[in-house]
Amino acid sequence: MNTPVTGAERLRNAITDAPSPALLPFFTAGHPSRDDFHSTLSKLADAGDAVEIGVPFSDPMADGVTIQRASETALANGVSLDWILRELKAHGDPGAPLVLMSYYNPLLAYGLENLAGRCGECHVGGLIVPDLPWEECERVRELFEDHGVGLVQMVTPATPAERMRTLCRGSGGFVYAVTVTGVTGGERRVSKEMTAYMQRVGECSALPVCAGFGVRSAAQVRTLAGVADGVIVGSAVVDCLERGEDAGDFVRSLRA
Amino acid sequence: MKIAASEGPALLAALVGGDLPDADGRFGPFGGRFAPETLMPALSRLEGAAREFFADGGACEALDRERRQWIGRPTPLTRAHHLEEAWGAQVWLKREDLAHTGAHKINNALGQAHLALKLGARRVVAETGAGQHGVAAAAACARVGLPCSVYMGVLDMERQAPNVQRMHQLGAEVVAVDKGDRTLRAATDEAFRTWVADPEGVYYLLGSAVGPHPYPWLVRELQRVIGDEARSQFAEQAGGLPDAIFACVGGGSNAIGLFHAFLGDEEVRIYGVEAGGKSLDPGENAASLSAGRPGVLHGSYSMLLYDDDGQVLETSSISAGLDYPGVGPEHALLQALGRVSYVTADDSEALESLAECCKLEGILPALEPAHAFFAARRWSAENPGKRILIGLSGRGDKDMPTLTAVGRVS
Repeated sequence: MNTPVTGAERLRNAITDAPSPALLPFFTAGHPSRDDFHSTLSKLADAGDAVEIGVPFSDPMADGVTIQRASETALANGVSLDWILRELKAHGDPGAPLVLMSYYNPLLAYGLENLAGRCGECHVGGLIVPDLPWEECERVRELFEDHGVGLVQMVTPATPAERMRTLCRGSGGFVYAVTVTGVTGGERRVSKEMTAYMQRVGECSALPVCAGFGVRSAAQVRTLAGVADGVIVGSAVVDCLERGEDAGDFVRSLRA
Repeated sequence: MKIAASEGPALLAALVGGDLPDADGRFGPFGGRFAPETLMPALSRLEGAAREFFADGGACEALDRERRQWIGRPTPLTRAHHLEEAWGAQVWLKREDLAHTGAHKINNALGQAHLALKLGARRVVAETGAGQHGVAAAAACARVGLPCSVYMGVLDMERQAPNVQRMHQLGAEVVAVDKGDRTLRAATDEAFRTWVADPEGVYYLLGSAVGPHPYPWLVRELQRVIGDEARSQFAEQAGGLPDAIFACVGGGSNAIGLFHAFLGDEEVRIYGVEAGGKSLDPGENAASLSAGRPGVLHGSYSMLLYDDDGQVLETSSISAGLDYPGVGPEHALLQALGRVSYVTADDSEALESLAECCKLEGILPALEPAHAFFAARRWSAENPGKRILIGLSGRGDKDMPTLTAVGRVS
């Protein structure tokens, strides 16, 4: 008899089974408007292999201007973590696994135990908390794992080898490889150094490795095939939504 | 947050004995290192360098020499005779307003500038609210020969205009932050981002006892000179120990610097004074300890002002230096242990005490320590005849635009 598949396993499989590299588009919930939430989620779930949903925060200190602005707009639109979870429940299965990205304080304010249970009910397979490093995350990791939700660990080019192994072993769903040191949003070419770095992460990880920060074009995505198992597309999708364009079409264009 | 009665004495003993923060950067339940992974190697490197620095006799001696010859330490302990008559108490002022650049901030800025050199940083970034830390960072960086960029909210640039000019004059770049709340919090977000973008080349010279480990510890160690000096000066000039100590608390660096030397003296009552702003309603003050709850902002778990959704609240205070929604984790522990009492003084009370100190003692205090003066006066009305020590953390020249705007200048 098969054991039931958890959200984190479904997330891992969605990335592993997709044509290389898998695409993980990101949007901030309630940006540019609350009314667009369901249609944006459907389009991105349709075009991507998993969807990362940003919970807005008043002090997004690891994000560049694009996502800061989206976060501010969403807060002005009255978006909260509770609203997001209610809408996700109402939405039903979007057809692709979801990853929730939130700074730590909104999670603390919501109540970690309660939140872990609700995420499990809302097709959320992974959780990314940019200000919750390995040393601080044990309780969150265990609570969410109990509900089948993986706590995704981030690694960076500056992460020392031993730490890299620990983070990759401890991650859930996939490993998030930050490809440039810096805040989100800058555009980068895929350099030799980056290829070597992605290989280094891949060697440490039994889970798929997704590259984040700075992916904008089909050309970049092509060069990442075989280098990364998946690609997170954040600021570029948010920009596209801000311009009022179809984010699903944009994500599909990255496969061209 | 309450700490189990059984754990309290041991935690306080550990704090007094120098064993806190622990290896994880914790002050009991508070503190820690809630920073993006990108910064983790840089924070470890900083911690290592700071520990080496404090263990290196030669480096400490060089810093001590600079404190004496460039900052002008020790700063005096002044008896305030006329405030005594008005209040019915014996009043002593620890004069950080007489330190070079006009506030206690220089103690921290100079020490960290030396660390930045040791770490081989190419440039220094700093955040500032009242501008005192910005000026101190600009001066310290000029002294050690490192370029310095100071992030400052546009709202603060208006109300602390004299300090913006001083930073320029001292060769620093002032980066106007026109987003978020446009005060210290937004400036801190932006300085963090700059550091996240280049953790190797940039040294982040954090101005208060807040942030991820090792900053709360590092800043306390550099500011404890205030309390160490005050304790021995008080013994020499007044004899014995004060009955009560007062200091203003924003992020809390001058307060922790003054308090630390007295934490083990059970008979000394200690008061931290927060900005009561317009009222204690959400959004109308900056009283993180009096009106907040435990949360995470800017890298540490401490008391914080935020709403039911976890969004950090706007703050309000007439004093830019206290206008911050968080507070250092050591203060959160001291509150939970009941060792320090945290009270508030509001905007008009601070203005009233500022005017009183000018008139009676010929000293223009900054609006920040004016909060501590008010709480001290209120306490001495209830406890007549006691001996009081107040941390006069900085001078009020920078507050002239605010004082003019509220009509306190004729």
